[in-house]
Amino acid sequence: MFRILLISGLLTSLLGLSACATVQPWEKGLLAKPSMALVADENEIFLDEHIYFSKEASTGGQGVGGGGCGCN
Amino acid sequence: MQLKNTQCNANIDTHTNNNSKKMSIKSKLTMATCALLQAGTPAAQAETGDWDIDTAMLYYSEADGRVSIFEPVVSASKEINEDEYLKFKLVYDVLTGSTPYGAVPTTTEQTFTKPSGNGNYTTPAGELPLNSSFRDTRFAGGVDWIIPIDRLKRVTVGGNFSKEFDFNSLAASATYAQDSSDRNQTYTFGLGYTSDTWDPVGGKNPELTYMRIGGTDQNGKGGTDSKATTDFMLGLTQVINSSTIMQFNLGMSSSSGYLTDPYRFISVLESDGTLTPNANLPTDAYPYLYEKRPDKRTRNTFFWRTVHHLKEDVINFSYRYFTDDWGINSHTLDFRYRYELGGKHYLQPHFRYYTQSSADFFVNYLLESNVASTKFASADYRLSEFVGTTIGLKYGFEMSNNSEFTVRAELMNQTYTVQDEILAEQQGLDISPDLNAMIFQVGYNFYW
Repeated sequence: MFRILLISGLLTSLLGLSACATVQPWEKGLLAKPSMALVADENEIFLDEHIYFSKEASTGGQGVGGGGCGCN
Repeated sequence: MQLKNTQCNANIDTHTNNNSKKMSIKSKLTMATCALLQAGTPAAQAETGDWDIDTAMLYYSEADGRVSIFEPVVSASKEINEDEYLKFKLVYDVLTGSTPYGAVPTTTEQTFTKPSGNGNYTTPAGELPLNSSFRDTRFAGGVDWIIPIDRLKRVTVGGNFSKEFDFNSLAASATYAQDSSDRNQTYTFGLGYTSDTWDPVGGKNPELTYMRIGGTDQNGKGGTDSKATTDFMLGLTQVINSSTIMQFNLGMSSSSGYLTDPYRFISVLESDGTLTPNANLPTDAYPYLYEKRPDKRTRNTFFWRTVHHLKEDVINFSYRYFTDDWGINSHTLDFRYRYELGGKHYLQPHFRYYTQSSADFFVNYLLESNVASTKFASADYRLSEFVGTTIGLKYGFEMSNNSEFTVRAELMNQTYTVQDEILAEQQGLDISPDLNAMIFQVGYNFYW
């Protein structure tokens, strides 16, 4: 039930977001800065994910693939 | 290992004058993975032919002589044709130290069988049992090939391997990404498959059987086993306004096969908390039961990230909700604030908060009277209810030759909830002590 609510809420939010985006190309100067990257330092996030993968029961959320590890 | 990041951002802008070599190559690569671009971006900015090399060295060290990890990483990416990229990553881990395998402390000395089955080791009275023979090296690598389909669509195909002396993993993935015509949205669909093989030291322990004394008959211990995982992901990256971008991912992961940890076991106690005496155990056994987990697991995630540019500084915030059919639910909040010091220097405080519920079959120990009726059980502290916090600080410096140096130091804590009643024998003993660790990393990014 929770998942159905979650997915419904998410899809509604996404449709709303799609409808409101009106940012023009010439307004994207700030978004273009490397510091605005979703993952600005890939190795840092990669190493963090390895640490928390090996110490917590949760994983995933940011992509697919990757290799397994005997640490968990 | 962990799922790799899907890199989606909006860091190309041909109207920006600061078109350094670094920016153009990085920008093109991020565009190719799943970026949002403004319409009409010419593809003439990249310095095709240069390698973008990212190096990092991690030192992770747990307090009280527990696990230490030394982990160098090298990543390299290059544009091989217009909008077509290759990315490589190599990782080497060296792990040393002691780790808990699930037993609780008692007021008497405890003896355990080494994983090989050939010998024994002891833990002093009153101490949390740790296995000090925990040593491992891991060599892992991966490649991603980003292939443009047309101006708005691309596919990333990837492969990864990981090799330890007792564990091997092979993975393949494919991600399709499509930008909207105004490049304010990117839609992604990802699919991944991972195949893992265990070849544990001394062979697989028979699940839910008693540990046999080292050097005696090991009750059928031996052999290898495997598991497979399939991942799906749906994603949307959305430009909210000229200073805010958001990412939403829904993930589903399904694993089947041998999901038990081959080295972990559970203390079997009497009702007063003392170890079950030999008279109630099979011949040549210790009062510890090898764990058993279900052979299937389905995990679902919802991930939301927001990156927001203030006047100078940048906030990067993410939240992940995780739920699985083992009974684990978790919430992860991650907050990074890039504070510009001026002159290409910056500081970045980092705060992470994590909380999870326990797996349905998690136990701190088993009573001997309950062993026969147990179907699944694990005393792995990572399956218990706990709260984890991390606080850290990073310093970065962009050098004049388009290279960047970074260093960060962080402190991590995990505080566990004891689920089962503390019995008389364990009164005054910490059966699930906090984990405290230090994270130190240096990084250097350059072009070659």
